[in-house]
Amino acid sequence: MSMTEIKPSSATLEKQRSASYSNINPGKIIRWTLLFMGGVVMVMPIVYMLSTSLKWPHEIYNLSIIPDEPTLENYIFVLEDGRFYKWFVNSLIIATATTVSAVLFDSMVGYTLCKFSFRGRMFVFIAILSTLMIPTEMLVIPWYIMARDFGWLNSYWGIMFPGMMTAFGTFLMKQFFESVPDDFLEAARIDGLNEFQIWWSVAMPLVTPALSALAIFVFLGNWTAFIWPLIVTNSPDLYTLPVGLTTFSVEQSVQWELIMTGAALATIPTLIVFLVFQRYIIRGVVMAGLKG
Amino acid sequence: MATVALKDLVKTFDKTEVLHGINLEIEDGEFVVFVGPSGCGKSTTLRMLAGLEEVTSGEIHIGDMMVNHLEPKERNIAMVFQNYAIYPHMSVRKNIGFGLRTAKMSKQDKEKRIDEVAEILSMSELLDRRPSQLSGGQRQRVAIGRAMVRDPQVFLFDEPLSNLDAQLRTQMRLEIKKLHQRVGTTIIFVTHDQVEAMTLADRIVIMKDGYIQQVGTPTEVYQNPANLFVAQFIGAPSMNMLEGRLTNEGIVLDAGFTIPVRPKVAPQGMTIGIRPSELTPAKEGEAALMEGSVSVVEPLGSETLIYVDVGSTEIVATVPGRTLPELGSRVRLNTPKEEIHFFDTKTGQALK
Repeated sequence: MSMTEIKPSSATLEKQRSASYSNINPGKIIRWTLLFMGGVVMVMPIVYMLSTSLKWPHEIYNLSIIPDEPTLENYIFVLEDGRFYKWFVNSLIIATATTVSAVLFDSMVGYTLCKFSFRGRMFVFIAILSTLMIPTEMLVIPWYIMARDFGWLNSYWGIMFPGMMTAFGTFLMKQFFESVPDDFLEAARIDGLNEFQIWWSVAMPLVTPALSALAIFVFLGNWTAFIWPLIVTNSPDLYTLPVGLTTFSVEQSVQWELIMTGAALATIPTLIVFLVFQRYIIRGVVMAGLKG
Repeated sequence: MATVALKDLVKTFDKTEVLHGINLEIEDGEFVVFVGPSGCGKSTTLRMLAGLEEVTSGEIHIGDMMVNHLEPKERNIAMVFQNYAIYPHMSVRKNIGFGLRTAKMSKQDKEKRIDEVAEILSMSELLDRRPSQLSGGQRQRVAIGRAMVRDPQVFLFDEPLSNLDAQLRTQMRLEIKKLHQRVGTTIIFVTHDQVEAMTLADRIVIMKDGYIQQVGTPTEVYQNPANLFVAQFIGAPSMNMLEGRLTNEGIVLDAGFTIPVRPKVAPQGMTIGIRPSELTPAKEGEAALMEGSVSVVEPLGSETLIYVDVGSTEIVATVPGRTLPELGSRVRLNTPKEEIHFFDTKTGQALK
């Protein structure tokens, strides 16, 4: 049996061609151009950071993206400098501890505000929300006084305490818990779980995407925090990465190539955190336990 | 297994009273179905029994214990929810075994119990699946399994079949009935579907606006409805209701014909009720109770529903499936006198 290849007629081809041309309209061109420009604006600082980290000191004010003589010397210098590891570990401890704490406490408070009725619930919620309107710069002084009075200056605890529970996280979690049907919680209540167990074993797994988003936000926020760690610490042993990197700028000159190298290395954990948690966000809440 | 008793049960939400003193005794091992339209208080009653809603006043007894102030977990009840409420992040095995988490049993005994329940519900091969990999009927079975595994004194079902398609609903209804026959545990089942109520219940509790309208076996509530509401709510299609007044000749109906009977106690304003299935075409030469023209014909296969304009009133009658009367044709209908129900129009109560 012979096989016959079916070819589209020339009229069909012409129609397809004109259809693909008609898909390119001015609106689309403008949209793509704007998106491209937005992308460039977002990506350029990162490209420049990587580019500068691969340049020799004499080349850093040369604006070309591709270095004339690329080098890994900056990376070797930064990694051989023991201070970088110390700052890195400090940042890791602080960002991880605050993330775990914020995820736990924000979700606990959010759950309580969402699923329990008690007198003053709305007042508490509004009071928490209203703290979002106060800029960090205004809070720094009371935080400092608090840290001083409690003896937390120059300690991990001093750096961490303002971020261990967040108003934004509480709000985010409360909103997500709204989507958890009460039937789940009531079924668990009938099955004999106490309220803490219900929160931990039933409600929390159902809001994994929100927890992941919150974890990313809190981790990034604390990883890149600068003002508060700078104020509350004066011992180089307690510097976090952003604070430590500023020591590369001395009175006479700024060692941009080293700062950029440090910054490039500092992005690695944030990328890992994002890659780990974004899977859970994408997976989403599959309310498969409910009606199909 | 246990008896359940509700004594003068009242529930208010803020200042609105939604249950107005419910009294009911449920026998050990009985299958009782609460049925009624939305907002009648049936689910609230069930939730109060489960301990998910506080009792405003009155008493709830399970077995010989008053449970008003006991936590849900202390009442030894299990509940199946309308939305199944099976946990999407757990396998079927973990879902079924969830109720045993707090039970003082060895791990082997728990596994054995889960396997037994899965066997009863014919889902042993599904134990490692996630809820997202199950059909609606299978999910419902998991929810029932989770309730069964603890071997509770009372099962509570809150409209568990209303999210299933018609075919699956019929199948699950049968499975629940068989399950009750097998385990014999007291079941309290809430539904708004009177067919479910009729097919499942040992006794039906019909509710409206926070009051119990009638309690009885399916046959009792169908054959001797206590009032107009029950008469119309139970049975599909609904009972034909015809208003009239009492005269010396009998009851003269507004539809334009007279029924030559009168109940023992007879107020002036009366409503008579006749089930569509009891209206049959009158034979040749036989005196007909009523006559009218066919306005709509609905063939259902085994039977046909005909809507007949009788005077100013439309009534519905069930005729055999093979007979398809033409639209606009005249039909003469009859019914046995004992199948006519009498109600006081003013109070709605049935008259003997």
